[in-house]
Amino acid sequence: MTTRNAVPATSYTLQKRRRRDGLRTVAFLSPWLVGAGLFFGYPLAATVYFSFMKYDGFTPPTWNGLDNWTYVFTDYPFFWPAMRNTLWLVVVMVTARVVFGLGIGLLITKVKLGAGWFRTAFYLPYLAPPVAATLAFVFLLNPGTGPVNHLVGSVGLPQPGWFNDPAWSKPALTLLALWGVGDLMVIFMASLLDVPKEQYEAAELDHAGPWQRFRFITLPNISPIVLFAVVTGVIQTMQYYTQPLVAAKVASGVIGRPGQSFEPGYPEKSTLTLPHLVYNLGFQRFDTGSACVVALVLFGLAMAFTAVLMRRGSGFLSAEER
Amino acid sequence: MTSLLTATSSPAVDTRPAEAAPRRRGGARLEWIAVHSLAIAAALFFVLPFVFVFFTALMSDQQALTRDLWPRPWQWDNLSTVWHSPGFLTWWKNSIMYAVLGTALTLVSSIPVAYALARFRFRGRNLALMVVISTMMLPPQVVIVPMYLFWARQLGLSGTLWPLIIPMAFGDAFTIFLLRQFLLTIPKEYVDAAKVDGCGDVKALVRVVLPMARPAIAATALFQFFYCWNDYFGPQIYASDNPGAWTLSYGLESFKSLHQTNWNLTMAATLLVMAPVIVIFFFAQKAFIEGVTLTGVKG
Repeated sequence: MTTRNAVPATSYTLQKRRRRDGLRTVAFLSPWLVGAGLFFGYPLAATVYFSFMKYDGFTPPTWNGLDNWTYVFTDYPFFWPAMRNTLWLVVVMVTARVVFGLGIGLLITKVKLGAGWFRTAFYLPYLAPPVAATLAFVFLLNPGTGPVNHLVGSVGLPQPGWFNDPAWSKPALTLLALWGVGDLMVIFMASLLDVPKEQYEAAELDHAGPWQRFRFITLPNISPIVLFAVVTGVIQTMQYYTQPLVAAKVASGVIGRPGQSFEPGYPEKSTLTLPHLVYNLGFQRFDTGSACVVALVLFGLAMAFTAVLMRRGSGFLSAEER
Repeated sequence: MTSLLTATSSPAVDTRPAEAAPRRRGGARLEWIAVHSLAIAAALFFVLPFVFVFFTALMSDQQALTRDLWPRPWQWDNLSTVWHSPGFLTWWKNSIMYAVLGTALTLVSSIPVAYALARFRFRGRNLALMVVISTMMLPPQVVIVPMYLFWARQLGLSGTLWPLIIPMAFGDAFTIFLLRQFLLTIPKEYVDAAKVDGCGDVKALVRVVLPMARPAIAATALFQFFYCWNDYFGPQIYASDNPGAWTLSYGLESFKSLHQTNWNLTMAATLLVMAPVIVIFFFAQKAFIEGVTLTGVKG
């Protein structure tokens, strides 16, 4: 870490000072240096190693080349459904959340009366613990007895099976995700308030309508934040674990009975996500090697989108790094 | 709350100054009505789930299965039934322990790292920052298999929450990143002045920088507390075979299976898990909003 630039031999004190600065830097960074090595570097290397091993977690691992990789991509029945679900969630759920978050952000900047109350009401669901929020939604959307279907039915609309119907389980999860849109609302609200007022005034003089003002002034000004919201949304989708798992467990009604192991994805693999597969393979099927293959696929996807964020996400890193 | 919100819809209280020219006045009023009606509709979407959970939590178990929305009679006992049901108090304590210890350790270990990344110039700083961001974005499942083998097999710590708490003494990427972003906004001159007065780096950090960074520290502390409180995957991996080590977030789900069709008790438990989060939010609303803005940051 010490800087070893061409230091003139005469400036002995300068050299000494640099060494001291280097030690100081290492000292300040030390918790993280140890942590990143122990809880990131080492396990990542071990994951790569295990992905080429036949290993059940108990008997010593043996080399089996690409067998785990071909198993996951061709024979493991959960992999492609999980990939398709992830794609669905990226296309529908992320888009819906960004559009809705922007809409709510716009709305809250326009509200004059009771703005504080509205902001609190819009933000609060984001903080609801995921397990609690999911339980609440499984209850609300319960096809037989839930209040939502009572309401929907009383106005004569069809009553979907929500978390119990493979065609409706992901839309139900999307509703849950829209309910917790508070984080995006706050980010959009802050960026909308940063748009220079003069630009709107100039547009008004040019008789620009509301849509034109939004299209030619608001949107260009906040586009970095929209990009940020989309990319972080995609990355969050790669980590989407708790809500679909809890929803599947509770809706199927099989949780917690002793000795019964729940395979994720109910109904009909429609709520499977990639992180579920790591758990399913590694901790339920005891196929550690294949679990590591899925983990590496997940790693590749997450890192690809993180790279996009770091390159294009202007505003994500401060001006200093760019 | 609903009545309070409805009251705001009355257009009679439009006291906007004459800035709106007479020609546009009708349009402005229409927009005002449209905006506030939309806001009320949105508020219903966000608030009604809480209302339903609250009412159902106080119904009898038969009534919870009916179309009724209003509890008759109000069964406040449900809350104490849940509170005294087996495990609940233990899970509550475990959640508090995980969240409090985890937050404290995270802050102590992350602050110096964030300070170094924000202030010190050294080779590999950008690389270090990129690694921080990468670990922040990494799904925890990527490294879980070797981590589990390490904690459970090597150290024999499965069935406890320690595999989740101990790593927090080694810095948390999200906290480091967020604090660094904030520390960058503190003018360098303050630290320089402290150094002229004879403070070392540690002293300057503790005496000068930390007091100025209080809002950011509060925000990251809240985020970390909530992360621990909400964590489901961690306890599932390390503590699933020992109910004595479960947290509320993990135990809540098994609660549903214990009370199969008793939605009233399940919703009462749900309410009790949400409650601390909501209470904390009302006390620390400002810190939160600032913190979330910090994640999207400085456009």
